Amino acid sequence: MDSNDFILGGYAKAPESIDHFSINSSYDLFIGGRWVKATQQFKTTNPANDQVIAEVGLAGKKEVNQAIKAARKAYESVWSKMPAADRGKYLFRIARLLQERARQFAVVESLDGGKPIRESRDVDVPLAAAHFFYHAGWADKLSYAFPGAKPKPIGVIGQIIPWNFPLLMAAWKIAPALACGNTVVLKPAETTPLSALMLAQLIEDADLPPGVVNIVTGAGETGQALVEHPGIDKIAFTGSTEVGKHIRKAIAGSGKRYTLELGGKAANIIFEDAPINEAVEGIINGIFFNQGHVCCAGSRLFVQESIADQVLRKLKKRIGTLIVGDPLDKNTDIGAINSREQLDRIKSLVKIGKEEGAQLWQSDQRIPRKGNWFKPTLFTQCAQSHRIVQEEVFGPVLAIQTFRTPKEAIAKANNTPYGLSGGVWTDKGSKAFQMTSSLNAGVVWANTFNKFDPVSPFGGMQESGIGREGGLQGLRAYCNLEL
Amino acid sequence: MTIPKTYKLFINGQFPRTESGRVLEIRDQKGVLIANASRASRKDFREAVSAARKSFEGWKKTTAYLRGQILYRIAEVLQGRKGQFVDELRMQGVKNPESDVDASIDLLVYYAGWSDKYQSVFSSVNPVSSAHFNFSSPVPVGVVSVISPSSLSLLSLVSVLAPIIVGANTCVILSHLSSISFAEVLATSDVPAGVVNLLTGQRAELVGEFARHMDVNSTLLCSDDQSEIGAVERDSISNLKRLVIRSDCSLEPSPYSIIDFQEDQTTWHPIGV
Repeated sequence: MDSNDFILGGYAKAPESIDHFSINSSYDLFIGGRWVKATQQFKTTNPANDQVIAEVGLAGKKEVNQAIKAARKAYESVWSKMPAADRGKYLFRIARLLQERARQFAVVESLDGGKPIRESRDVDVPLAAAHFFYHAGWADKLSYAFPGAKPKPIGVIGQIIPWNFPLLMAAWKIAPALACGNTVVLKPAETTPLSALMLAQLIEDADLPPGVVNIVTGAGETGQALVEHPGIDKIAFTGSTEVGKHIRKAIAGSGKRYTLELGGKAANIIFEDAPINEAVEGIINGIFFNQGHVCCAGSRLFVQESIADQVLRKLKKRIGTLIVGDPLDKNTDIGAINSREQLDRIKSLVKIGKEEGAQLWQSDQRIPRKGNWFKPTLFTQCAQSHRIVQEEVFGPVLAIQTFRTPKEAIAKANNTPYGLSGGVWTDKGSKAFQMTSSLNAGVVWANTFNKFDPVSPFGGMQESGIGREGGLQGLRAYCNLEL
Repeated sequence: MTIPKTYKLFINGQFPRTESGRVLEIRDQKGVLIANASRASRKDFREAVSAARKSFEGWKKTTAYLRGQILYRIAEVLQGRKGQFVDELRMQGVKNPESDVDASIDLLVYYAGWSDKYQSVFSSVNPVSSAHFNFSSPVPVGVVSVISPSSLSLLSLVSVLAPIIVGANTCVILSHLSSISFAEVLATSDVPAGVVNLLTGQRAELVGEFARHMDVNSTLLCSDDQSEIGAVERDSISNLKRLVIRSDCSLEPSPYSIIDFQEDQTTWHPIGV
C-alpha cells in the first residue's frame, strides 16, 4: 500500500462542531453603537458549498456618511478626551472577550471564508486577540514609542480590509487605531463580512462608547464612498495593488493620510546547504497556507540548481499528502477558494501559464465536486517574463525557477515591482543575513516562512504598499507626530 | 577685471552643461547678470536618476561611520569656503548670508552625528510568541527626487540633502544657483559620484518628471501650493513612490527627517538547535 492511500482514503473525518452557537440569518450595519438597517441587503455564502449563510446590509453613501458622523462625534466628545489608560482597558476587554469566544469566531471564519478550521482556530483568531491585547498596552505608553516627538491621534480613520484574513485584518486595523486615540469606520470584504459583524457584537458587549468603532458591510462602492468622504482623516487599506493605486488617486490633494498594504510576489530561495526537509515544509507553508490567498505568499520558488531535482521530488511527494476539502474538518490542509470570482482568476492565470510555456504539475488528489476548489499546483520551466512569475495569483500556485549563485538568486528575486516579503533557506548564518538584507522586501524570513506576530511590524516596500502594521513601528501609521 | 563663473549642472560627480543647451538668466536686484544658470531638461533629470541608481548600492554599503565622516567633511570644506558662499548669497539678495552659511554648517555636523545612531534609536528587537529571533531596522528607501524649498538660502538645500544622504540614499535635487557652488563642496568632500545630483531649472517644467520617474523610490516635495501637491501626488502613483510633502521652507533638524526616507525591514530567524 502506498503511504498516500492511507492518508487520502483512510483518514477518519473530524468535523468541528458548529451547534454551540448560532449565526443570525441577517445582520444590519453597526453605526454609532446601534444596529442600523441598510436600504439594501446582500447575501454571504459558504464557498465550500455555495450555500447562503446570512444576509447582511449593503451600506450606501447615506449609511457611510452616518457612520463617519458617528465616528467624528465619538472622536471629539469621548475617545480623544478619555484617559489613555481607559482606552487601553477597553482594548484589553475586547481581547479577553475574543479569547473567550475564540471557537465561534474560528468556525464562522471557516464557514464564511473557506479556510481550514485548523488555521482559523490556531492562527487567525488567536492572533486577532493578541493584536488587541498588544495594542491595549500601548494606549498609555505612546510617548515612549516616539523619542523626541509628541504623538497625537489623527482623527477618524476609514479602514478597508480584504477577504483572506477577515477577522485578523479587522484586528490589525482597529486595535492600533483605537490605541492611538482614533475612531474608525471599517468596511469588511464583500465575501467575508460575518466575523467583522460578530466582532461588532462583541464590541457592543464590551460596552465600547458608541461610534468609536463602526462597521459598514458592502462592496466596492461602499469602500469608494468611504475613501472619497471628506469626513475621514486617513484611509488604511489592505488589498490589491491596483485598488491601492486607485485609492491614492482618489485622495490625492485632499490632505488625507494613507497606509496601504498591497500585493506581493514573494521569492522563497532555497540553497543547497539548506535543511531540505524543513525547507520543503517551508515551501508548502509558504504557498499553500490559506489556499495561497496570502499577500506575502512564497509564490516564486528559487532552488539552487544542484538540489533542484531532489527538492522537486520531495515537494511533489509532500503535496500528494495534503488534504483538500471541507474547511470545517480538522484534517483539512487546503480549504475552499474564497469565491467563484477568485477561482476564475486563478484558473485564468494558470491557463496563461500553460500557454506561455511553463510546465504544469498537479497532484492527483480528489477535490469536492460542489463549491470552489483548486488543487495545489506547481509550474516548472518558468521564465522571468511569464505572467505566473510576475503577477500575483493569490491561489495555491507555485512558480519554480532555479539559480546557481547567490547573486543570481537576488537579481531574480528582486526582479519584481513588489516588495512585501521573502524567504531564504540556508544553514549558513552569514549567507542568510547577506541574502535577507539584499532582498527588497519589508518582511524577510530566514529558515522559516509566513510567520506573523502583533509585536512584529508587517508591510511592504515598492508597490507592495506604504507603511507598517504591528509592532512599535506600526504605531506611526495612526499618530501625527509633533516635533 | 573679474572672471564670472559658469554655472553648470552636477550629475554623477561631473559638471556637464544641460543637454538642452538652454539657460536661465539670473540677475541681481539691480538687474545685473549674475549668471546664465543651466535650465535642466527632463533628459538631464533621467541621466541624474541613472547616476543616483548606479551609486546607490555602493553608498548603501558604506559603513555608517564613514557616512558620518563624509558629512562632517562636507561641513569642513564648506567652512573653508564660507566667504565665497556669503558673497554669492549676498549677491542674490539672501538676507543674513553669514548666518545662513553658519546654520548650514551646523546642520551638516548635526546630521553627521546621526549617521550611526538613528538605526539604533528606530530599530527594535521584537518579542514574538514563538521560538524566533525577530528584529526590525530602518533601511534606505533608495533613489529620492527632491523639489527643494523655493528659498535661495543655502540652508534650504542642506536641510533636504543631509537627512537623505546620511540615511544611505542617493538623490537628485532641483535647487537654486548656489547649489551648483555647493556641488563644488560635495565634489571635494569624498561624496562618491552620483550620490548627490543637483539640477537648476524651471520647477513647473520638471516637477512632474521628478514625481513620475519609475526608477525613483521616493519624492520629497517642499511646497505650499495645493494644486502642485495634488498633481505630484497623482504623478507619484505609477510606482507607488513614498511621497514626503513638507511646507516650502527649510526642514527642521530632526531624526524623523532621516526616517522619512527609510523602510522598516523585519527579519525572522528560528531559535533552536
